[in-house]
Amino acid sequence: MTTTMEPVRTVDAVPAAEERPKPIEKVSIIISKGSLDGVYPGLIMANGARMDGIEANVFFTFFGLEAITKKRQDKIKVATVGNPGMHMPTLIGALPGMSWLATKMMARKMEKLDFPPVSEFVEMIADSGAGIYACKASVDMFGLKPADFILQVTDVITVGEFYEQAAGGEIVFT
Amino acid sequence: MTTMELSAVNRDGEGFLTDPQQWDDALAAAIAREAGIQELTPRHWQVVRYMRDTYLATGEAPSIRTLGKASGVPIKELYELFPKGPAKLAAKIGGIPKPHGCI
Repeated sequence: MTTTMEPVRTVDAVPAAEERPKPIEKVSIIISKGSLDGVYPGLIMANGARMDGIEANVFFTFFGLEAITKKRQDKIKVATVGNPGMHMPTLIGALPGMSWLATKMMARKMEKLDFPPVSEFVEMIADSGAGIYACKASVDMFGLKPADFILQVTDVITVGEFYEQAAGGEIVFT
Repeated sequence: MTTMELSAVNRDGEGFLTDPQQWDDALAAAIAREAGIQELTPRHWQVVRYMRDTYLATGEAPSIRTLGKASGVPIKELYELFPKGPAKLAAKIGGIPKPHGCI
């Protein structure tokens, strides 16, 4: 080839120096796991969004439903098996009481940092104006009833309805 | 004593005072107006003073959880008073640095 192509460049291809990314205005956070380490990150992100004036929805699906189930939410434990971050050999992690012990230790550390227990945390997030939703498919699968959930649950919704709620914002899956 | 004016105090890029001592009630009201709160009600003041007093006493701004429990204003109301984020906005109006906690 002897001809060289001039790169096509429009005037506004390079953003002006003062142009900044648009701030996030809305997030929809999906919590799908039922361990303590699976539930807290999503709760922290939802609460943090509201603290910054960002609109937030939290959608609980599969084992994440534990966090909004009355009898279960404050019994959620740290996974000590299959969790390399715990630095605990699988057989030790499987010993009776190990998960209980790890949860106790983590709860004490979190209390020191002013992290609320799951029930209080979800209530705080609901009080901050965030929507709390349960996934219909999971609710049906686990055979749960409205009475099984905490009062703060706004609604049980389908995936389609979730996407409607999430319109115009970011979706974070945890 | 003259009242503090917005143009006369040192603030960081986000509008937080860099020196908590350069503050008075009139300045607080001016920062609030700038942030879209036209009038500070007694309930606003309760939160702002709690934030400021806690910071001045401990060197740290309280978390939103503590604010909800100890300021006398529950979380729901905190968000009605300061829709753009109660802890950060109350800190800004109260003339203290931006809170850095994740909770």
